[in-house]
Amino acid sequence: MSEPLFSKKNLKLLSDPLNSSNPITVQVLGICSALAVTAQLKPAVVMSISVVAVLALANVIVSLLRNTIPNRIRIIVQLVVIAALVILVDQVLKAYVYDVSKQLSVFVGLIITNCILMGRLEAFALGNRPWQSFLDGIGNGAGYATILIIVAFFRELLGSGTVFGFRIIPESWYITNGGFYANNGMMILPPMALITIGVIIWVQRSRNRKLIEN
Amino acid sequence: MNRNSNTYTVLYAAIMVILVAAVLASVSMALRPMQKRNFEIEKKQNILASVNIESSVADAEKLYAEKIIKEYVVDAKGEIVEGADAFTTDLKKERSKAPEDRLLPVFECQTEKGLKYIFPLYGTGLWGPIWGFVALNEDMNTIYGANFDHQGETPGLGAEISTPMFEAPFVGKTIFDQSGKLVSITVTKAGQEAPPEHKVDGISGGTITSKGLQKMLLDDFTSYQEFLKKKKS
Repeated sequence: MSEPLFSKKNLKLLSDPLNSSNPITVQVLGICSALAVTAQLKPAVVMSISVVAVLALANVIVSLLRNTIPNRIRIIVQLVVIAALVILVDQVLKAYVYDVSKQLSVFVGLIITNCILMGRLEAFALGNRPWQSFLDGIGNGAGYATILIIVAFFRELLGSGTVFGFRIIPESWYITNGGFYANNGMMILPPMALITIGVIIWVQRSRNRKLIEN
Repeated sequence: MNRNSNTYTVLYAAIMVILVAAVLASVSMALRPMQKRNFEIEKKQNILASVNIESSVADAEKLYAEKIIKEYVVDAKGEIVEGADAFTTDLKKERSKAPEDRLLPVFECQTEKGLKYIFPLYGTGLWGPIWGFVALNEDMNTIYGANFDHQGETPGLGAEISTPMFEAPFVGKTIFDQSGKLVSITVTKAGQEAPPEHKVDGISGGTITSKGLQKMLLDDFTSYQEFLKKKKS
C-alpha cells in the first residue's frame, strides 16, 4: 500500500501496451474493429476513445468486485460489466454525436466482443488492485488507439486525400481536374487496413528485436 | 460466506442483473429527448435531400422551416385529414392498418424550380425496413428527387440504395403511363425490359433490396393514387 501511485512498476503498466505488449501488433487482438473503422480518422478516434473508456472502467469495476465474484460465473459477470458499459457509450454517442454514432453503427456494439477487453479483465483485473487495473486499462486502450489512429491516418490520406475531413491533397492535382494524381481506392477497403497493420508490425519488429520469434 | 455455493452464485447473478438493468433504464430515459431530436433532424435532412437541398445538422431545422411550406395528412380517398401531424406520423404503424384507414403524410416544398410534393415511403428490404422520400413535380407524375435509407441492408450491396449513384437516376422518371395508369418505377436487373421512362437500374448483388424498393414505390404510390389524381386534374 505504501507504493507510490506512479511507481516505476505502475508506469510500466501504461507504457508496455504501447510498445512491447501492444494488444494489436503483438498480441494480435481486436483486429476486426481495427479493420472496420479505420477508413477515416474521425470514427477511428471516437472508437478509440470509447474503447479506452470502456476498458479502463470495466477493469476498475471488475477489480473492485474481484473478491466477490463467484468463480463459476466470472466470465458472465465480466461480460455483463462490459455490455452495460458499451450500451452506456452507445446511448451517449447517439445523444451527443449522432452522425458519428451512425457511422460506427454496429461497431460500438462489437466492443463487447473485442478480445482485448475480456483478455485484460480475465488476465489482469481479476488479480490486481483497482488503481493498477485502471492504469492497465488505459495503457491497453491507448495501445489499441495508437494503432487505430496510425492506420486511419494513412488510409484516409491515401484513400481520400484528406485528414480529419480536411483536404490535404489539392483538388487540382487530380486527374479529373487535369492533374496527375488519383486516390488509391484500395486504401478504403478492409484488405489495405490489414496490410497497413502488417507494415506497422514489420516496422515495430525491426526496431524492437526482442519481439521476433525464432 | 462460501463463494462457490449455489445460493451465493444465484443471488450474485440476480442482484447484478437488477442493478445493471436499473442503471441502463435510467440512462436511456435521461438521454431520450436528445436522441429524439437527433432523429428528427436527420428526418428533416432526408426530406430536404429529396428535393435536392443539402443541409447540415446545424441548419437543417432552419432550412426545413423555410422551405417546407405545408405539411398535411391525407387519407386513401385523397381528402385532407384534420388534426393529424404529418411529420410525426409513424409510417410503420400506418402500414399495418387496412389501406383505407391509413394516414398518408404529404409535404409541400417551395424550391427555385417551383412547388414540389414530397411523399414519404416505407417498405421492406432484405434484412429490415427501408424507407425514403420521393418528390414529385406539380404534374404529380415526374420525379424531382429521391432519397432512400435503410436500417441494416448489406454494406456495399443493398445498402447502396442510400447513395446518390442509385438515387440520381430517379430524377425525371414518370410514375403514370400515357393512358394515366399508375405504373410506378421498375427497378430492373441487367437485361430486364421496361419502358425507359419508368425504370431505373437495380443494384447488382442487391436484388432483394431492389425488389423491396420497387414494391415500396408501387405500394405507396398506390395508396396516394387518389390524392395524386385529384391534384393532377
